[in-house]
Amino acid sequence: MSHSRVSLRIRRPWRFAAEATALIVAAVVAFPLYWMVLSAFKPEGEIQSTEPRPWTTAPSLDSFRRVFQQEDFGRYFLNSLFVAGVVVVASALIAFLAATAVARFTFRFRTTLLIMFLVAQMVPIEALTIPMFFLMRDLGESVPGVGLNTLGSLILPHIAFSLPFAIWMLRGFVKAVPEALEEAAYLDGASRSRFLWQILFPLVFPGLVATSVFSFISAWNDFLFAKSFIISATENSTLPMALLVFFKAEGNDWGGIMAASTVMTIPVLIFFVLVQRRLVSGLGGAVKD
Amino acid sequence: MSAGTAQHARRAPAKGSRSRPGPAVPAGRRSGKGPRRGTWTPWLYLAPALVVLGGLLVYPIYQLGLISFLEYTQAQVSGGEPTTFQGFANYAELFGDGEFWNVVVATLLFAAVCVVSTLAVGCALAVLLTRVRAVPRLALMLAALGAWATPAITGSTVWVFLFDPDFGPVNKVLVWLGLSGFENYSWTYDRYSAFALVLFEVVWCSFPFVMVTVYAGIRAIPTEVLEAAALDGASTWRIWRTIMAPMLRPILVVVTIQSIIWDFKVFTQIYVMTDGGGIARQNMVLNVYAYQKAFASSQYSLGSAIGVVMLLILLAVTLVYLRLLRRQGEEL
Repeated sequence: MSHSRVSLRIRRPWRFAAEATALIVAAVVAFPLYWMVLSAFKPEGEIQSTEPRPWTTAPSLDSFRRVFQQEDFGRYFLNSLFVAGVVVVASALIAFLAATAVARFTFRFRTTLLIMFLVAQMVPIEALTIPMFFLMRDLGESVPGVGLNTLGSLILPHIAFSLPFAIWMLRGFVKAVPEALEEAAYLDGASRSRFLWQILFPLVFPGLVATSVFSFISAWNDFLFAKSFIISATENSTLPMALLVFFKAEGNDWGGIMAASTVMTIPVLIFFVLVQRRLVSGLGGAVKD
Repeated sequence: MSAGTAQHARRAPAKGSRSRPGPAVPAGRRSGKGPRRGTWTPWLYLAPALVVLGGLLVYPIYQLGLISFLEYTQAQVSGGEPTTFQGFANYAELFGDGEFWNVVVATLLFAAVCVVSTLAVGCALAVLLTRVRAVPRLALMLAALGAWATPAITGSTVWVFLFDPDFGPVNKVLVWLGLSGFENYSWTYDRYSAFALVLFEVVWCSFPFVMVTVYAGIRAIPTEVLEAAALDGASTWRIWRTIMAPMLRPILVVVTIQSIIWDFKVFTQIYVMTDGGGIARQNMVLNVYAYQKAFASSQYSLGSAIGVVMLLILLAVTLVYLRLLRRQGEEL
């Protein structure tokens, strides 16, 4: 690796100092997650102890039991998964088509559109909660399934908010597919849609995966819309709401909070670990393009 | 920057990625040229995106602006009273309110501290990553990915718990270090320590993006160039100033602007960690303020006016960003 050649030049004591620092920082950064999982497994008495210890001698599943026995918790989990899944698939497909259009065609207003996509990324999603609330209310009157209190009201805004970034990021991946390939496909008699779905789509797929991390996270983590749009139909609540139940005026149930947090964090961690290499390469592409 | 380095940078971190272009093909260069039949095809591809964005982004922005000029409270929402046009009355009310200006100042300062801390930590660790061997690098990368992946809401709950006055380990450690003032110290009670607590969480969850991106950028600098400079006797400082800094500039611009945008919009952390804006609303930022105005006290028009102010500030940041990109000669 060319990289190690550079670091060889660094004198040995300095490298050991750097490596010690890196390990200490890694431990500090990982500590909150460790503490979360640890506290989730601690028995009640140890959590509410004024002498917190960084280990436990009697791991227990009581906190998890309280979380899962909470009415409808499984349902909240599935709701969150469903919302995030639909957002990921829909925004990936829509963004793929749009990215192809801006990366492989020249047409009027192309640059304007690109700038609009860039500007759209900056729009604070939270500032639009108010008009979005009324939009969903009005939509619900004509189209059942997307109004307030439905999962559709969580899916639609997140598709819209993840699109601009997804298009911007995918553009780099689409551009990286050699033009010659497209010409060869047409020469061989492939139709435009055949090229699009059977040649370009598989080639861009790693980029789609990297992009989907961001839409997955924004949908999975959503707290504001879930809080504002799901008012009375609690059967359509998502995980963040199930977590907040454990915050109580008379004293927070920290065991429950940490167990619910663990349950909510693990799917994202798995997703991240699965796609992390593509994520880094995708960022390289998005940043440079 | 030249197309050559851009190519290099895109390829460097993408080891094993199947989308990797062949080295001889100047990808991206020729896109947009060549035979293109049917000018409606790109619009066909764009149609779904434009419909979604038009309906769920552009239209709500228009609505936001509209509501900010109307009298819009619970009475209008339930249809009890007709909506009336107010002109700039909502804005006048907002700008005449001392609390609004306090919140604006708090938001700007808080975002500035968050951005500077995130960038400093992220860049320092990115440089550190280039100085260590594989095992410590992997450990730091994994820990950072974990922090990055943690949802804002669970990150917030965990950090609140870590700093809990009764059961949290942080205060115990501080007391053990001899800072006896932290015995049962409540971090959310004081305004500045509450902001500091949120700051820690924000830095923790947003430095990984900076670190990973800057690290990828440093790795993308051709080693031959650095070695040649070192052989010619250039000092570390000189190498940094004349080679690395100019090559990293585009990446630094991106991470800075992204951090500004994210940190200016912090909502979940403040809402969860300070319980909706802190004791006596001492930890309000614009986002939470707008939300509370609209959904807690049903002053939807005031909330919308705050939203418009936020949009305008972020639009200004975006324009600066676009100018910087243009100056770098980025091809759109």
